[in-house]
Amino acid sequence: MTTSDLDTVRQMAELARLKLDEAEARAYAGQFARILEHFRTLERLPVEGVEPLSGAAGLCDVTRADAPRPGLSTEAALANAPDRREAFYGVPKTIGAAE
Amino acid sequence: MKPYAELDATALAAEHAAGARRVTDTTEAALAALARLEPRLNAFLVVLADRARARAAELERERAAGATPGALHGVPVALKANMCLAGVEANCGSRILAGYKPPYTATFVQRLLDAGAVVIGMTNMDEFAMGSSSENSAFGPTHNPWDLARTPGGSSSGSAAAVASGIVPLALGSDTGGSVRQPAALCNLAGFKPTYGRVSRYGLVAFGSSLDQVSPFARSVRDLELALSVIAGHDERDSTSLPEPAPIPEHDGARLDGLRVGVPKEYFPEVLSGGVRRASEAALATLRGLGAELVPVALPHTELAIPTYYVVATAEASSNLARYDGVRYGARSAGDGSLQGMYAATRAAAFGAEVKRRILLGTYVLSAGYYDAWYGRALKVRTLLRRDFEQAFEQVDVLAGPTSPTAAFRLGEKAGDPVAMYLSDILTVPVSLAGLPAVSVPCGFVDEDGTRLPIGLQLAGPARADARVLRVARCFESATDFARQRAPLFA
Repeated sequence: MTTSDLDTVRQMAELARLKLDEAEARAYAGQFARILEHFRTLERLPVEGVEPLSGAAGLCDVTRADAPRPGLSTEAALANAPDRREAFYGVPKTIGAAE
Repeated sequence: MKPYAELDATALAAEHAAGARRVTDTTEAALAALARLEPRLNAFLVVLADRARARAAELERERAAGATPGALHGVPVALKANMCLAGVEANCGSRILAGYKPPYTATFVQRLLDAGAVVIGMTNMDEFAMGSSSENSAFGPTHNPWDLARTPGGSSSGSAAAVASGIVPLALGSDTGGSVRQPAALCNLAGFKPTYGRVSRYGLVAFGSSLDQVSPFARSVRDLELALSVIAGHDERDSTSLPEPAPIPEHDGARLDGLRVGVPKEYFPEVLSGGVRRASEAALATLRGLGAELVPVALPHTELAIPTYYVVATAEASSNLARYDGVRYGARSAGDGSLQGMYAATRAAAFGAEVKRRILLGTYVLSAGYYDAWYGRALKVRTLLRRDFEQAFEQVDVLAGPTSPTAAFRLGEKAGDPVAMYLSDILTVPVSLAGLPAVSVPCGFVDEDGTRLPIGLQLAGPARADARVLRVARCFESATDFARQRAPLFA
Protein backbone atom coordinates (compact mmCIF):
# COMPACT_ATOMS: atom_id res chain seq x y z
CA MET A 1 0.00 0.00 0.00
CA THR A 2 1.24 3.50 -0.82
CA THR A 3 0.04 6.97 0.16
CA SER A 4 -1.49 7.27 -3.30
CA ASP A 5 -3.52 4.05 -2.74
CA LEU A 6 -4.90 5.58 0.44
CA ASP A 7 -5.69 8.85 -1.35
CA THR A 8 -7.40 6.92 -4.14
CA VAL A 9 -9.59 5.00 -1.70
CA ARG A 10 -10.54 8.22 0.10
CA GLN A 11 -11.40 9.88 -3.22
CA MET A 12 -13.54 6.90 -4.33
CA ALA A 13 -15.31 6.85 -0.95
CA GLU A 14 -16.16 10.51 -1.46
CA LEU A 15 -17.54 9.82 -4.97
CA ALA A 16 -19.48 6.76 -3.75
CA ARG A 17 -20.96 8.62 -0.73
CA LEU A 18 -19.37 6.21 1.72
CA LYS A 19 -18.00 7.46 5.01
CA LEU A 20 -14.89 5.43 5.90
CA ASP A 21 -13.00 5.67 9.16
CA GLU A 22 -9.21 5.69 9.11
CA ALA A 23 -8.80 1.96 9.82
CA GLU A 24 -11.30 1.01 7.09
CA ALA A 25 -9.63 3.28 4.54
CA ARG A 26 -6.23 1.74 5.28
CA ALA A 27 -7.55 -1.81 5.07
CA TYR A 28 -9.27 -1.13 1.73
CA ALA A 29 -6.19 0.62 0.35
CA GLY A 30 -4.07 -2.48 1.04
CA GLN A 31 -6.66 -4.77 -0.57
CA PHE A 32 -7.11 -2.40 -3.53
CA ALA A 33 -3.41 -2.63 -4.31
CA ARG A 34 -3.52 -6.45 -4.26
CA ILE A 35 -6.75 -6.72 -6.25
CA LEU A 36 -5.65 -4.26 -8.93
CA GLU A 37 -2.28 -5.99 -9.18
CA HIS A 38 -4.14 -9.17 -10.02
CA PHE A 39 -6.37 -7.33 -12.51
CA ARG A 40 -3.33 -5.99 -14.39
CA THR A 41 -3.32 -9.17 -16.51
CA LEU A 42 -5.99 -7.33 -18.52
CA GLU A 43 -3.35 -4.85 -19.66
CA ARG A 44 -1.20 -7.51 -21.30
CA LEU A 45 -3.71 -8.28 -24.01
CA PRO A 46 -3.92 -6.16 -27.16
CA VAL A 47 -7.55 -5.06 -27.62
CA GLU A 48 -7.27 -2.50 -30.41
CA GLY A 49 -10.18 -2.81 -32.82
CA VAL A 50 -12.20 -5.11 -30.52
CA GLU A 51 -15.80 -4.01 -30.01
CA PRO A 52 -16.87 -3.71 -26.36
CA LEU A 53 -19.60 -6.07 -25.12
CA SER A 54 -21.81 -4.41 -22.52
CA GLY A 55 -24.71 -6.85 -22.49
CA ALA A 56 -25.20 -10.51 -23.24
CA ALA A 57 -28.73 -10.63 -24.61
CA GLY A 58 -27.90 -8.94 -27.91
CA LEU A 59 -31.17 -7.01 -27.90
CA CYS A 60 -31.25 -3.32 -28.65
CA ASP A 61 -33.72 -0.44 -28.78
CA VAL A 62 -36.49 -2.33 -27.01
CA THR A 63 -39.46 0.00 -26.67
CA ARG A 64 -43.09 -0.19 -25.71
CA ALA A 65 -46.10 1.80 -26.81
CA ASP A 66 -46.01 5.33 -25.43
CA ALA A 67 -49.34 4.89 -23.67
CA PRO A 68 -50.27 5.68 -20.08
CA ARG A 69 -50.73 2.75 -17.70
CA PRO A 70 -51.10 2.36 -13.97
CA GLY A 71 -48.02 2.69 -11.76
CA LEU A 72 -47.40 2.50 -8.02
CA SER A 73 -49.87 4.38 -5.87
CA THR A 74 -48.53 7.15 -3.62
CA GLU A 75 -49.27 5.00 -0.58
CA ALA A 76 -47.41 1.99 -1.95
CA ALA A 77 -44.44 4.12 -3.02
CA LEU A 78 -44.15 5.75 0.40
CA ALA A 79 -44.78 2.62 2.45
CA ASN A 80 -41.06 2.00 3.11
CA ALA A 81 -40.01 5.63 3.59
CA PRO A 82 -37.76 6.15 6.63
CA ASP A 83 -39.11 9.71 7.02
CA ARG A 84 -42.51 10.22 5.46
CA ARG A 85 -44.05 13.68 5.51
CA GLU A 86 -47.58 13.67 4.13
CA ALA A 87 -47.17 12.62 0.46
CA PHE A 88 -43.41 13.25 0.39
CA TYR A 89 -40.07 11.80 1.45
CA GLY A 90 -38.47 13.88 4.17
CA VAL A 91 -34.75 14.73 3.78
CA PRO A 92 -32.39 17.14 5.58
CA LYS A 93 -32.74 20.74 4.44
CA THR A 94 -30.45 21.50 1.47
CA ILE A 95 -31.43 25.05 0.48
CA GLY A 96 -30.58 27.71 3.02
CA ALA A 97 -29.12 25.08 5.34
CA ALA A 98 -26.46 26.27 7.75
CA GLU A 99 -23.02 25.25 6.44
CA MET B 1 -47.43 -42.94 0.69
CA LYS B 2 -43.80 -41.86 0.51
CA PRO B 3 -42.58 -39.26 3.00
CA TYR B 4 -42.72 -35.70 1.69
CA ALA B 5 -38.95 -35.13 1.46
CA GLU B 6 -38.40 -38.20 -0.74
CA LEU B 7 -40.39 -36.68 -3.61
CA ASP B 8 -39.20 -34.11 -6.11
CA ALA B 9 -41.40 -31.23 -7.24
CA THR B 10 -42.57 -33.07 -10.36
CA ALA B 11 -43.83 -36.04 -8.32
CA LEU B 12 -45.36 -33.86 -5.59
CA ALA B 13 -47.31 -31.74 -8.08
CA ALA B 14 -48.60 -34.88 -9.80
CA GLU B 15 -49.76 -36.44 -6.51
CA HIS B 16 -51.45 -33.20 -5.44
CA ALA B 17 -53.18 -32.86 -8.80
CA ALA B 18 -54.42 -36.45 -8.66
CA GLY B 19 -55.73 -35.98 -5.13
CA ALA B 20 -53.34 -38.66 -3.83
CA ARG B 21 -51.73 -36.23 -1.39
CA ARG B 22 -53.14 -33.15 0.28
CA VAL B 23 -51.42 -29.81 -0.28
CA THR B 24 -52.15 -28.89 3.33
CA ASP B 25 -50.27 -32.01 4.55
CA THR B 26 -47.32 -31.22 2.28
CA THR B 27 -47.19 -27.64 3.55
CA GLU B 28 -47.23 -28.82 7.16
CA ALA B 29 -44.43 -31.29 6.41
CA ALA B 30 -42.32 -28.54 4.85
CA LEU B 31 -42.94 -26.15 7.76
CA ALA B 32 -42.17 -28.91 10.30
CA ALA B 33 -38.88 -29.72 8.54
CA LEU B 34 -38.03 -26.03 8.48
CA ALA B 35 -38.76 -25.61 12.19
CA ARG B 36 -36.65 -28.65 13.07
CA LEU B 37 -33.62 -27.98 10.85
CA GLU B 38 -33.45 -24.19 10.71
CA PRO B 39 -31.70 -23.75 14.09
CA ARG B 40 -28.72 -25.65 12.66
CA LEU B 41 -28.81 -24.23 9.10
CA ASN B 42 -29.75 -20.52 9.33
CA ALA B 43 -31.10 -20.88 5.80
CA PHE B 44 -34.15 -18.61 6.16
CA LEU B 45 -34.44 -14.88 6.83
CA VAL B 46 -38.25 -14.84 6.70
CA VAL B 47 -40.66 -17.75 7.32
CA LEU B 48 -44.14 -17.41 5.83
CA ALA B 49 -45.97 -20.10 7.81
CA ASP B 50 -49.40 -18.44 8.01
CA ARG B 51 -49.32 -17.30 4.44
CA ALA B 52 -48.26 -20.78 3.24
CA ARG B 53 -51.02 -22.50 5.24
CA ALA B 54 -53.66 -20.13 3.88
CA ARG B 55 -52.43 -20.65 0.32
CA ALA B 56 -52.40 -24.44 0.75
CA ALA B 57 -56.01 -24.43 1.95
CA GLU B 58 -56.98 -22.21 -0.97
CA LEU B 59 -55.30 -24.57 -3.47
CA GLU B 60 -57.16 -27.53 -1.97
CA ARG B 61 -60.46 -25.66 -2.32
CA GLU B 62 -59.69 -24.71 -5.92
CA ARG B 63 -58.93 -28.31 -6.85
CA ALA B 64 -62.07 -29.55 -5.11
CA ALA B 65 -64.04 -26.97 -7.11
CA GLY B 66 -62.68 -28.44 -10.34
CA ALA B 67 -59.99 -25.92 -11.28
CA THR B 68 -57.17 -27.27 -13.45
CA PRO B 69 -54.10 -27.70 -11.22
CA GLY B 70 -50.99 -25.75 -12.20
CA ALA B 71 -47.63 -27.32 -13.03
CA LEU B 72 -46.40 -26.71 -9.45
CA HIS B 73 -49.70 -27.34 -7.68
CA GLY B 74 -48.96 -27.30 -3.94
CA VAL B 75 -45.17 -27.50 -4.29
CA PRO B 76 -43.41 -25.74 -1.38
CA VAL B 77 -40.75 -23.36 -2.67
CA ALA B 78 -38.25 -20.97 -1.12
CA LEU B 79 -37.12 -17.67 -2.64
CA LYS B 80 -33.80 -15.89 -2.23
CA ALA B 81 -34.18 -12.71 -0.18
CA ASN B 82 -33.43 -10.50 -3.22
CA MET B 83 -36.75 -11.40 -4.84
CA CYS B 84 -39.88 -9.28 -4.66
CA LEU B 85 -43.12 -10.72 -3.32
CA ALA B 86 -45.46 -7.86 -2.45
CA GLY B 87 -45.58 -7.21 1.29
CA VAL B 88 -42.89 -9.76 2.23
CA GLU B 89 -39.53 -8.56 3.56
CA ALA B 90 -36.79 -8.81 0.91
CA ASN B 91 -33.72 -7.57 2.76
CA CYS B 92 -31.04 -8.97 0.39
CA GLY B 93 -29.01 -10.13 3.39
CA SER B 94 -28.29 -6.47 4.16
CA ARG B 95 -28.95 -4.21 7.12
CA ILE B 96 -29.67 -1.39 4.66
CA LEU B 97 -32.87 -3.18 3.56
CA ALA B 98 -33.84 -4.70 6.91
CA GLY B 99 -37.63 -4.48 7.11
CA TYR B 100 -38.03 -3.48 3.44
CA LYS B 101 -41.27 -4.87 2.03
CA PRO B 102 -41.53 -4.46 -1.75
CA PRO B 103 -44.80 -2.97 -2.99
CA TYR B 104 -44.93 -5.25 -6.04
CA THR B 105 -44.30 -8.86 -7.06
CA ALA B 106 -41.58 -10.04 -9.46
CA THR B 107 -42.79 -11.50 -12.76
CA PHE B 108 -41.08 -14.85 -12.10
CA VAL B 109 -42.55 -15.03 -8.58
CA GLN B 110 -46.03 -14.30 -9.94
CA ARG B 111 -45.56 -17.08 -12.50
CA LEU B 112 -44.61 -19.50 -9.68
CA LEU B 113 -47.70 -18.49 -7.71
CA ASP B 114 -49.94 -18.80 -10.78
CA ALA B 115 -48.59 -22.34 -11.30
CA GLY B 116 -49.69 -23.28 -7.76
CA ALA B 117 -46.40 -23.01 -5.84
CA VAL B 118 -46.57 -22.34 -2.09
CA VAL B 119 -43.85 -19.92 -0.92
CA ILE B 120 -42.71 -20.91 2.58
CA GLY B 121 -39.95 -18.36 3.11
CA MET B 122 -37.18 -16.05 1.97
CA THR B 123 -33.66 -17.42 2.15
CA ASN B 124 -30.32 -16.23 3.48
CA MET B 125 -27.70 -14.89 1.09
CA ASP B 126 -24.43 -13.03 0.84
CA GLU B 127 -25.29 -9.33 1.08
CA PHE B 128 -26.67 -8.17 -2.30
CA ALA B 129 -25.47 -11.51 -3.76
CA MET B 130 -21.82 -10.52 -3.36
CA GLY B 131 -19.95 -13.56 -2.12
CA SER B 132 -19.40 -17.29 -2.52
CA SER B 133 -19.90 -18.56 1.04
CA SER B 134 -22.82 -16.79 2.84
CA GLU B 135 -20.29 -15.19 5.19
CA ASN B 136 -21.20 -11.76 3.78
CA SER B 137 -24.80 -12.01 5.02
CA ALA B 138 -25.60 -9.41 7.66
CA PHE B 139 -27.66 -12.09 9.39
CA GLY B 140 -24.99 -14.74 9.94
CA PRO B 141 -23.78 -17.53 7.67
CA THR B 142 -25.80 -20.51 6.43
CA HIS B 143 -24.43 -23.97 7.20
CA ASN B 144 -24.00 -26.81 4.72
CA PRO B 145 -26.27 -29.81 5.47
CA TRP B 146 -23.37 -32.10 4.42
CA ASP B 147 -21.13 -30.63 7.14
CA LEU B 148 -22.40 -27.85 9.37
CA ALA B 149 -18.87 -26.47 9.83
CA ARG B 150 -18.68 -25.73 6.10
CA THR B 151 -20.20 -23.24 3.69
CA PRO B 152 -23.07 -24.29 1.43
CA GLY B 153 -21.51 -21.95 -1.15
CA GLY B 154 -23.01 -18.66 -2.19
CA SER B 155 -24.41 -16.29 -2.77
CA SER B 156 -27.71 -18.23 -2.97
CA SER B 157 -26.74 -20.05 0.23
CA GLY B 158 -30.06 -20.44 2.02
CA SER B 159 -31.91 -21.63 -1.09
CA ALA B 160 -29.27 -24.33 -1.62
CA ALA B 161 -29.33 -25.46 2.02
CA ALA B 162 -33.15 -25.52 2.04
CA VAL B 163 -33.28 -27.93 -0.91
CA ALA B 164 -30.27 -30.04 0.16
CA SER B 165 -31.78 -30.56 3.63
CA GLY B 166 -35.17 -31.60 2.24
CA ILE B 167 -37.12 -28.59 3.56
CA VAL B 168 -38.30 -27.80 0.01
CA PRO B 169 -37.84 -29.66 -3.28
CA LEU B 170 -37.39 -26.46 -5.26
CA ALA B 171 -35.93 -23.02 -4.57
CA LEU B 172 -34.93 -20.02 -6.60
CA GLY B 173 -31.58 -18.30 -6.42
CA SER B 174 -29.91 -15.74 -8.62
CA ASP B 175 -26.69 -16.41 -10.54
CA THR B 176 -24.48 -13.45 -11.47
CA GLY B 177 -21.05 -15.13 -11.52
CA GLY B 178 -21.91 -18.62 -10.28
CA SER B 179 -24.15 -17.94 -7.28
CA VAL B 180 -26.42 -20.91 -8.05
CA ARG B 181 -24.07 -23.31 -9.85
CA GLN B 182 -21.38 -23.18 -7.14
CA PRO B 183 -23.74 -23.79 -4.15
CA ALA B 184 -25.46 -26.53 -6.17
CA ALA B 185 -22.06 -28.23 -6.57
CA LEU B 186 -21.22 -27.81 -2.87
CA CYS B 187 -24.62 -29.16 -1.72
CA ASN B 188 -25.13 -32.07 -4.19
CA LEU B 189 -27.95 -30.34 -6.07
CA ALA B 190 -28.92 -29.63 -9.63
CA GLY B 191 -28.70 -25.88 -10.27
CA PHE B 192 -29.31 -24.16 -13.59
CA LYS B 193 -28.39 -20.70 -14.85
CA PRO B 194 -30.49 -20.05 -17.95
CA THR B 195 -29.35 -18.07 -20.99
CA TYR B 196 -29.17 -14.38 -20.05
CA GLY B 197 -32.59 -12.88 -20.77
CA ARG B 198 -34.45 -16.19 -20.48
CA VAL B 199 -36.06 -15.26 -17.15
CA SER B 200 -37.32 -11.74 -16.55
CA ARG B 201 -35.34 -9.75 -14.00
CA TYR B 202 -38.36 -7.58 -13.12
CA GLY B 203 -38.56 -7.85 -9.33
CA LEU B 204 -35.05 -9.24 -8.84
CA VAL B 205 -32.99 -6.73 -6.86
CA ALA B 206 -30.19 -5.67 -9.20
CA PHE B 207 -26.50 -6.45 -8.57
CA GLY B 208 -24.79 -6.79 -11.98
CA SER B 209 -27.57 -6.10 -14.45
CA SER B 210 -25.81 -7.47 -17.54
CA LEU B 211 -25.10 -10.76 -15.71
CA ASP B 212 -27.91 -11.41 -13.19
CA GLN B 213 -30.19 -14.32 -13.99
CA VAL B 214 -32.85 -16.00 -11.83
CA SER B 215 -31.87 -19.66 -11.51
CA PRO B 216 -33.52 -22.69 -9.87
CA PHE B 217 -32.13 -25.34 -7.46
CA ALA B 218 -33.65 -28.82 -7.26
CA ARG B 219 -32.79 -32.42 -6.35
CA SER B 220 -33.55 -33.60 -9.90
CA VAL B 221 -32.87 -32.20 -13.36
CA ARG B 222 -36.48 -32.75 -14.42
CA ASP B 223 -37.48 -30.31 -11.67
CA LEU B 224 -35.16 -27.70 -13.19
CA GLU B 225 -36.92 -28.23 -16.53
CA LEU B 226 -40.28 -27.90 -14.81
CA ALA B 227 -39.24 -24.72 -12.99
CA LEU B 228 -37.82 -23.19 -16.17
CA SER B 229 -41.02 -23.95 -18.09
CA VAL B 230 -42.91 -21.92 -15.46
CA ILE B 231 -40.63 -18.91 -14.88
CA ALA B 232 -39.06 -18.38 -18.34
CA GLY B 233 -40.54 -16.52 -21.28
CA HIS B 234 -40.83 -12.95 -22.46
CA ASP B 235 -41.79 -10.15 -20.09
CA GLU B 236 -42.36 -6.66 -21.43
CA ARG B 237 -41.32 -5.23 -18.05
CA ASP B 238 -37.68 -6.29 -18.62
CA SER B 239 -36.12 -4.80 -21.76
CA THR B 240 -33.40 -7.50 -21.71
CA SER B 241 -35.99 -10.29 -21.71
CA LEU B 242 -35.66 -12.61 -24.74
CA PRO B 243 -38.67 -12.43 -27.05
CA GLU B 244 -39.41 -16.16 -27.26
CA PRO B 245 -41.51 -18.34 -24.92
CA ALA B 246 -40.04 -20.76 -22.35
CA PRO B 247 -37.98 -23.60 -23.89
CA ILE B 248 -39.65 -27.00 -24.23
CA PRO B 249 -37.78 -29.89 -22.56
CA GLU B 250 -36.09 -32.30 -25.01
CA HIS B 251 -37.12 -35.91 -24.45
CA ASP B 252 -35.10 -37.97 -26.87
CA GLY B 253 -33.80 -41.00 -25.10
CA ALA B 254 -31.43 -41.94 -22.34
CA ARG B 255 -28.27 -41.91 -24.46
CA LEU B 256 -26.05 -39.20 -25.91
CA ASP B 257 -24.98 -40.86 -29.18
CA GLY B 258 -23.59 -38.31 -31.61
CA LEU B 259 -23.27 -35.58 -28.99
CA ARG B 260 -19.94 -33.75 -29.08
CA VAL B 261 -18.77 -32.72 -25.60
CA GLY B 262 -16.01 -30.12 -25.52
CA VAL B 263 -13.47 -30.43 -22.72
CA PRO B 264 -11.64 -27.11 -22.22
CA LYS B 265 -8.15 -27.72 -20.84
CA GLU B 266 -8.40 -24.33 -19.11
CA TYR B 267 -11.16 -25.80 -16.88
CA PHE B 268 -8.71 -28.26 -15.34
CA PRO B 269 -6.23 -25.76 -13.86
CA GLU B 270 -3.49 -26.42 -11.31
CA VAL B 271 -5.63 -25.13 -8.43
CA LEU B 272 -8.18 -27.90 -8.94
CA SER B 273 -8.29 -30.18 -5.90
CA GLY B 274 -7.39 -33.83 -6.52
CA GLY B 275 -10.85 -35.02 -5.59
CA VAL B 276 -12.56 -32.59 -7.95
CA ARG B 277 -10.21 -33.58 -10.78
CA ARG B 278 -10.89 -37.31 -10.29
CA ALA B 279 -14.67 -36.86 -10.05
CA SER B 280 -14.73 -34.64 -13.15
CA GLU B 281 -12.64 -37.06 -15.19
CA ALA B 282 -14.88 -39.95 -14.12
CA ALA B 283 -17.90 -37.86 -15.17
CA LEU B 284 -16.39 -37.31 -18.61
CA ALA B 285 -15.88 -41.07 -18.91
CA THR B 286 -19.56 -41.56 -18.02
CA LEU B 287 -20.58 -39.14 -20.79
CA ARG B 288 -18.41 -41.11 -23.23
CA GLY B 289 -20.04 -44.32 -22.03
CA LEU B 290 -23.42 -42.77 -22.87
CA GLY B 291 -22.27 -42.36 -26.47
CA ALA B 292 -20.89 -38.83 -26.41
CA GLU B 293 -17.65 -37.96 -28.17
CA LEU B 294 -15.15 -36.03 -26.02
CA VAL B 295 -13.38 -33.27 -27.95
CA PRO B 296 -10.50 -31.21 -26.49
CA VAL B 297 -11.20 -27.49 -27.01
CA ALA B 298 -9.39 -24.29 -26.12
CA LEU B 299 -10.86 -21.22 -24.40
CA PRO B 300 -7.63 -19.21 -24.45
CA HIS B 301 -8.87 -16.08 -22.67
CA THR B 302 -10.17 -17.95 -19.60
CA GLU B 303 -7.47 -16.63 -17.24
CA LEU B 304 -8.74 -13.10 -17.96
CA ALA B 305 -12.29 -13.96 -16.93
CA ILE B 306 -11.79 -13.21 -13.22
CA PRO B 307 -10.43 -9.67 -13.65
CA THR B 308 -12.97 -8.99 -16.43
CA TYR B 309 -15.82 -10.21 -14.26
CA TYR B 310 -14.75 -8.25 -11.19
CA VAL B 311 -14.37 -5.04 -13.22
CA VAL B 312 -17.76 -5.41 -14.95
CA ALA B 313 -19.69 -6.69 -11.92
CA THR B 314 -18.32 -4.10 -9.49
CA ALA B 315 -18.92 -1.29 -12.00
CA GLU B 316 -22.55 -2.33 -12.38
CA ALA B 317 -22.91 -2.87 -8.63
CA SER B 318 -21.56 0.57 -7.76
CA SER B 319 -24.16 2.07 -10.08
CA ASN B 320 -27.04 -0.16 -8.97
CA LEU B 321 -26.37 0.31 -5.26
CA ALA B 322 -26.30 4.11 -5.54
CA ARG B 323 -30.06 3.96 -4.91
CA TYR B 324 -29.57 2.97 -1.25
CA ASP B 325 -29.20 6.41 0.25
CA GLY B 326 -31.68 6.43 3.11
CA VAL B 327 -34.33 8.48 1.28
CA ARG B 328 -37.02 6.20 -0.15
CA TYR B 329 -36.60 2.93 1.73
CA GLY B 330 -34.39 1.08 4.16
CA ALA B 331 -32.18 2.27 6.96
CA ARG B 332 -31.21 5.90 7.56
CA SER B 333 -28.49 7.45 9.72
CA ALA B 334 -28.55 11.19 10.34
CA GLY B 335 -24.79 11.77 10.07
CA ASP B 336 -23.82 15.43 10.43
CA GLY B 337 -27.34 16.59 9.64
CA SER B 338 -26.67 17.59 6.01
CA LEU B 339 -28.10 15.70 3.02
CA GLN B 340 -24.67 14.53 1.83
CA GLY B 341 -23.74 13.60 5.39
CA MET B 342 -26.94 11.57 5.73
CA TYR B 343 -26.17 9.63 2.51
CA ALA B 344 -22.58 8.86 3.56
CA ALA B 345 -23.47 7.94 7.14
CA THR B 346 -26.40 5.73 6.07
CA ARG B 347 -24.29 3.80 3.58
CA ALA B 348 -21.34 3.53 5.98
CA ALA B 349 -23.48 2.18 8.80
CA ALA B 350 -25.65 -0.25 6.86
CA PHE B 351 -23.48 -1.78 4.09
CA GLY B 352 -21.13 -4.64 4.99
CA ALA B 353 -17.41 -4.81 4.25
CA GLU B 354 -17.58 -6.74 0.95
CA VAL B 355 -20.33 -4.53 -0.47
CA LYS B 356 -18.29 -1.43 0.39
CA ARG B 357 -15.20 -2.99 -1.18
CA ARG B 358 -17.07 -3.66 -4.43
CA ILE B 359 -18.69 -0.21 -4.50
CA LEU B 360 -15.24 1.36 -4.11
CA LEU B 361 -13.73 -0.84 -6.83
CA GLY B 362 -16.65 -0.22 -9.17
CA THR B 363 -16.48 3.52 -8.58
CA TYR B 364 -12.75 3.39 -9.35
CA VAL B 365 -13.03 1.48 -12.66
CA LEU B 366 -15.78 3.86 -13.84
CA SER B 367 -14.16 7.12 -12.71
CA ALA B 368 -12.71 9.72 -15.06
CA GLY B 369 -9.10 8.89 -15.88
CA TYR B 370 -9.50 5.15 -15.18
CA TYR B 371 -12.60 4.31 -17.21
CA ASP B 372 -10.85 3.46 -20.50
CA ALA B 373 -8.03 1.54 -18.83
CA TRP B 374 -10.32 -0.63 -16.72
CA TYR B 375 -14.02 -0.68 -17.59
CA GLY B 376 -13.58 0.03 -21.31
CA ARG B 377 -10.85 -2.58 -21.61
CA ALA B 378 -12.82 -5.18 -19.64
CA LEU B 379 -15.77 -4.84 -22.02
CA LYS B 380 -13.45 -5.55 -24.95
CA VAL B 381 -11.98 -8.59 -23.23
CA ARG B 382 -15.56 -9.69 -22.57
CA THR B 383 -16.04 -9.76 -26.36
CA LEU B 384 -12.95 -11.96 -26.70
CA LEU B 385 -14.20 -14.31 -23.98
CA ARG B 386 -17.51 -14.67 -25.80
CA ARG B 387 -15.65 -15.28 -29.07
CA ASP B 388 -13.77 -18.15 -27.39
CA PHE B 389 -17.12 -19.82 -26.70
CA GLU B 390 -18.50 -19.12 -30.18
CA GLN B 391 -15.45 -20.78 -31.74
CA ALA B 392 -15.68 -23.77 -29.39
CA PHE B 393 -19.36 -24.24 -30.20
CA GLU B 394 -18.50 -24.49 -33.90
CA GLN B 395 -16.90 -27.83 -32.99
CA VAL B 396 -18.99 -29.12 -30.07
CA ASP B 397 -22.57 -29.17 -28.74
CA VAL B 398 -21.85 -28.64 -25.04
CA LEU B 399 -18.84 -27.99 -22.81
CA ALA B 400 -18.10 -30.01 -19.67
CA GLY B 401 -15.83 -29.45 -16.67
CA PRO B 402 -15.94 -29.03 -12.91
CA THR B 403 -18.20 -26.34 -11.40
CA SER B 404 -15.99 -25.36 -8.46
CA PRO B 405 -12.24 -25.91 -8.04
CA THR B 406 -12.80 -27.33 -4.53
CA ALA B 407 -15.50 -29.02 -2.48
CA ALA B 408 -17.20 -27.03 0.31
CA PHE B 409 -14.62 -25.15 2.38
CA ARG B 410 -14.84 -24.41 6.08
CA LEU B 411 -16.67 -21.30 7.20
CA GLY B 412 -13.98 -18.79 8.10
CA GLU B 413 -11.31 -20.42 5.93
CA LYS B 414 -11.22 -17.72 3.22
CA ALA B 415 -13.20 -14.97 4.91
CA GLY B 416 -10.21 -12.66 5.42
CA ASP B 417 -8.86 -12.96 1.88
CA PRO B 418 -11.00 -11.33 -0.83
CA VAL B 419 -8.59 -12.25 -3.64
CA ALA B 420 -8.65 -15.97 -2.74
CA MET B 421 -12.46 -15.82 -2.62
CA TYR B 422 -12.64 -14.11 -6.06
CA LEU B 423 -10.28 -16.70 -7.61
CA SER B 424 -12.58 -19.56 -6.61
CA ASP B 425 -15.08 -18.27 -9.22
CA ILE B 426 -12.79 -19.10 -12.15
CA LEU B 427 -14.93 -21.95 -13.54
CA THR B 428 -18.30 -20.17 -13.39
CA VAL B 429 -17.69 -16.54 -14.41
CA PRO B 430 -16.65 -17.09 -18.06
CA VAL B 431 -20.09 -18.52 -18.89
CA SER B 432 -21.75 -15.63 -17.03
CA LEU B 433 -19.84 -13.00 -19.02
CA ALA B 434 -20.93 -14.67 -22.27
CA GLY B 435 -24.56 -15.01 -21.09
CA LEU B 436 -24.68 -18.77 -21.74
CA PRO B 437 -26.87 -21.45 -20.16
CA ALA B 438 -25.07 -23.77 -17.72
CA VAL B 439 -26.09 -26.41 -15.21
CA SER B 440 -24.28 -28.00 -12.29
CA VAL B 441 -25.18 -31.64 -11.53
CA PRO B 442 -23.86 -33.97 -8.80
CA CYS B 443 -20.90 -35.99 -10.14
CA GLY B 444 -19.18 -37.55 -7.16
CA PHE B 445 -17.85 -37.20 -3.65
CA VAL B 446 -14.56 -36.53 -1.99
CA ASP B 447 -13.51 -37.48 1.51
CA GLU B 448 -12.01 -34.56 3.43
CA ASP B 449 -10.90 -35.27 7.00
CA GLY B 450 -13.46 -38.04 7.31
CA THR B 451 -16.31 -35.94 5.88
CA ARG B 452 -18.01 -36.88 2.62
CA LEU B 453 -18.46 -33.81 0.44
CA PRO B 454 -20.20 -33.54 -2.94
CA ILE B 455 -18.66 -32.45 -6.26
CA GLY B 456 -20.49 -30.84 -9.21
CA LEU B 457 -20.11 -31.20 -12.98
CA GLN B 458 -20.80 -28.08 -15.05
CA LEU B 459 -22.35 -28.43 -18.50
CA ALA B 460 -22.64 -25.31 -20.65
CA GLY B 461 -24.19 -24.71 -24.05
CA PRO B 462 -24.52 -21.98 -26.66
CA ALA B 463 -26.93 -19.10 -26.00
CA ARG B 464 -30.56 -20.27 -26.12
CA ALA B 465 -29.58 -24.00 -25.97
CA ASP B 466 -31.06 -24.28 -22.45
CA ALA B 467 -33.08 -27.39 -23.29
CA ARG B 468 -30.03 -29.17 -24.75
CA VAL B 469 -27.90 -28.49 -21.67
CA LEU B 470 -30.64 -29.82 -19.40
CA ARG B 471 -31.17 -32.92 -21.54
CA VAL B 472 -27.47 -33.83 -21.26
CA ALA B 473 -27.63 -33.22 -17.50
CA ARG B 474 -30.70 -35.47 -17.22
CA CYS B 475 -29.00 -38.29 -19.13
CA PHE B 476 -25.95 -38.00 -16.88
CA GLU B 477 -28.15 -38.00 -13.79
CA SER B 478 -29.99 -41.14 -14.97
CA ALA B 479 -26.71 -42.98 -15.55
CA THR B 480 -25.33 -42.23 -12.07
CA ASP B 481 -26.65 -42.30 -8.51
CA PHE B 482 -24.89 -39.24 -7.06
CA ALA B 483 -28.03 -37.09 -7.16
CA ARG B 484 -29.90 -39.65 -5.06
CA GLN B 485 -27.44 -39.39 -2.17
CA ARG B 486 -28.76 -37.34 0.75
CA ALA B 487 -26.97 -35.05 3.18
CA PRO B 488 -26.48 -36.25 6.79
CA LEU B 489 -28.86 -33.47 7.84
CA PHE B 490 -31.98 -34.28 5.82
CA ALA B 491 -35.67 -34.10 6.60
